[in-house]
Amino acid sequence: MSLILELNNISKHYPGVKALEEVSLRLCSGEVHALLGENGAGKSTLVKVMTGAQSKDSGDIVFLGEKQHFCTPIEAQKVGISTVYQEVNLLPNLSVAQNLFLGHEPKRFGLIHFNKMYTDARSVLTQFKLDIDVTAPLSQYSIAVQQLIAIARGVAMSAKVLVLDEPTASLDADEVQVLFGILNQLKQKGVAIVFITHFLDQVYQISDRITVLRNGRFIGEYLTSELPQTQLIEAMLGRSLQAQLVDKKSDDNAVKATTAVLLSLESVSVKGSIQAMTLTVPKGQAVGLAGLLGSGRSEVCNAVFGLDLLESGSIHLAGKKLHLSQPVDAIHAGIALCPEDRKVDGIIGPLSIRENIILALQASVGWWRCLSKARQEEIAQFFIDKLQIATPDADKPIEQLSGGNQQKVILARWLAIEPILLVLDEPTRGIDIGAHAEIIKLIRSLCDDGMSLLVASSELDELVAFSNKVVVMRDRYAVRELTGLELTSQHVMQAIAEG
Amino acid sequence: MKSSAEMISPEALPMAQSSQQAMNKEKTDRYQAGKSASFGRYLWPLLALTLLLLVNLFIDSSFFHLTYQDDRLYGSLIDILNRSAPVALLAIGMSLVIATGGIDLSVGAVMAIVGAVCANLLLIPDISLVTVILAGLIVGLAAGSINGALVSFLGIQPIVATLLLMVAGRGVAQLINQGQIITFQHEGFAAIGVGQFLGLPMPIWIVVGMLLLSQLLLRKTALGLFIEAVGCNAKASRYLGINDKSIKIFAYAIAGLCAALAGMISTADIQGSDANNIGLWLELDAILAVVIGGAALTGGRFSLVLSIIGALIIQTLATTIIVSGLPAKFNLLIKAIVILSVLLLQSEKFRRQLSGLFKLGIFNNAKAGDKK
Repeated sequence: MSLILELNNISKHYPGVKALEEVSLRLCSGEVHALLGENGAGKSTLVKVMTGAQSKDSGDIVFLGEKQHFCTPIEAQKVGISTVYQEVNLLPNLSVAQNLFLGHEPKRFGLIHFNKMYTDARSVLTQFKLDIDVTAPLSQYSIAVQQLIAIARGVAMSAKVLVLDEPTASLDADEVQVLFGILNQLKQKGVAIVFITHFLDQVYQISDRITVLRNGRFIGEYLTSELPQTQLIEAMLGRSLQAQLVDKKSDDNAVKATTAVLLSLESVSVKGSIQAMTLTVPKGQAVGLAGLLGSGRSEVCNAVFGLDLLESGSIHLAGKKLHLSQPVDAIHAGIALCPEDRKVDGIIGPLSIRENIILALQASVGWWRCLSKARQEEIAQFFIDKLQIATPDADKPIEQLSGGNQQKVILARWLAIEPILLVLDEPTRGIDIGAHAEIIKLIRSLCDDGMSLLVASSELDELVAFSNKVVVMRDRYAVRELTGLELTSQHVMQAIAEG
Repeated sequence: MKSSAEMISPEALPMAQSSQQAMNKEKTDRYQAGKSASFGRYLWPLLALTLLLLVNLFIDSSFFHLTYQDDRLYGSLIDILNRSAPVALLAIGMSLVIATGGIDLSVGAVMAIVGAVCANLLLIPDISLVTVILAGLIVGLAAGSINGALVSFLGIQPIVATLLLMVAGRGVAQLINQGQIITFQHEGFAAIGVGQFLGLPMPIWIVVGMLLLSQLLLRKTALGLFIEAVGCNAKASRYLGINDKSIKIFAYAIAGLCAALAGMISTADIQGSDANNIGLWLELDAILAVVIGGAALTGGRFSLVLSIIGALIIQTLATTIIVSGLPAKFNLLIKAIVILSVLLLQSEKFRRQLSGLFKLGIFNNAKAGDKK
């Protein structure tokens, strides 16, 4: 194994924030190198510097023994560093094949050789066990498939260094295994792979070495085989993990089971999404929704928030029947939703943290009663302190925050209107373990304060940790309810598999 | 060229300083960062306007000269303010529409309709001025609301939806006028265009009034914030309880109202309604004014004051070209070149590249300041 890319003492400052401070990373050919850290640790910034998407303030990039100054991603791509970013960066209106070969299409007589492009595309995708129509527009396919295509594009560019930023966030277990198979093949060919993820078990499965960052600083470089998981988590968090997910609450479950029902769905059906779904959420409890992708988890959340119209069945909140035709109706009834796709449905990117926090409250009091600037600042500061949102001030545009902090701002937005039912759809997607723990802690404390929560998540350990009850869904309806001592990730997994 | 590279330092230095202080004093930093950011937004359009005015002063030393005669101020500066009134009014409405991520191509045609309606009403003997003005405003509001409804409820792309009225509007105006140019004699109505109040021409007061009213309506309520939220991300705004459709209709309705005012000024100015020519291509000037003011056509943040500065730049430029004595055939070309320069000056990236060309010592400062 020889050194292929070295980043030495890279620093990068934004006004008020040191994004990177003297960070180093060494990549050898034929290794999978995991780059780990909490939200805002500087992983994404480091990748952007490495691939030329952002300029560094100081430090060196040495590629194959030569100093490099990448000003644009194209320059980095030319020397052989290709990147698959966290959010799918493809063109939904072009065909799958065009997306795969954009910028380096096979040519004949100076024109694009479409037939060759299609055959090449098919053969690339066969590696990924994807049998899809490569001439169809990309937008036809699910996010998971698009993610695989983005990765396939990086692989097809036959790069020397392949950077994968959260490649497995929207993949299911089988797809992850297919991806890992391909990564192993690439390793054999001598490609260096940078693997950024928040799934620690995947780190141990695939990576050879680990570099940990924390708060923009380099913490250490480790051999994966010599670093136990607890030490890795300690390195990432800078504090020992205090039994965050353990202390199960089987006793108080029994007590709480008798409390009044807040939300009830009675054989709710939505055209093309859920069928005869029945569900109850007791007051002051957290109910988890588990199931595979496409099992109807998110669709239940959408129906409760009035995004999808009911075909039959009814939804009752605190004994009253709800007629939901749009989100405003749900909000007025006291229901709030943190949507699954934070970037598209949640944040209002260019607006400040303060404005993002107060918008829902402002919308509910009405446009003519404007909250004063002082009141807005007070509310924003209260939640920045309470949820520990990492930002120098409340006037920073929310799009400049890391994913976990954005999620906290969205949570703050809803907490500001004090809903009686908070619906969270994948609250911890793309969020690292530190913010995970904080959000889970928050969910519990909200329940203690008497709020009810309905949480859809694909992470079973997490669901089991904070839920009083988990409803398992399959094929768009509830197959099982698990409570009390039955509520373990093992049981949930069984229920998903067997029904 | 060299001077534009040097111009970077005054703005860049305070920003670099505020980033230093961030680590020590959070509160001072917040105050300063916010201040320097909004200061930067105003700097370049204001600078461009000042430069243009100075060019005029250079060509004609009596350019800034004002005289007071017959209870009214006269002078080139007053002329610029007066002449820019229709575009400035359109720019107020256009700012809102563009902030929602839309565009309104129909405002010129709406001016024509309103002009025709008012001119024909004025032919009725003994009609009250208030009725005529109200009728004009209602027609403008209605036209704008139709645009808004097409965009919000039918989901038609704004450029297409308003193109419909841009084409049809002039036709409607011609129908109302029955193909003629309708002239009228009405001192009260004519005063909207050529009258004066407290020593200033009436159109200037109308712009000031509309600006104050809009600022009050947008910034003292949450409407301005809602418009920006919808423009940045309509779907997320809907998810948090903002009625994005109503907000869009509101923006187009205000644009229609502004077009009505502009149409009445232009009609009163010539005391007649010429459906073919009134407000012709003014929608493009209005869009340009908003863009010069620094707004993004993709929607989001807006500033009415900056849009009006944009309108003033356009009018000053037109005056400059006339004053300079260049043959009229150069007008359009010069206009395009100057506007391109103004737009480029506003781009941080372009300024950085420009200063990079000169490799001046201040380059590092500029870079530090650019990273917001």
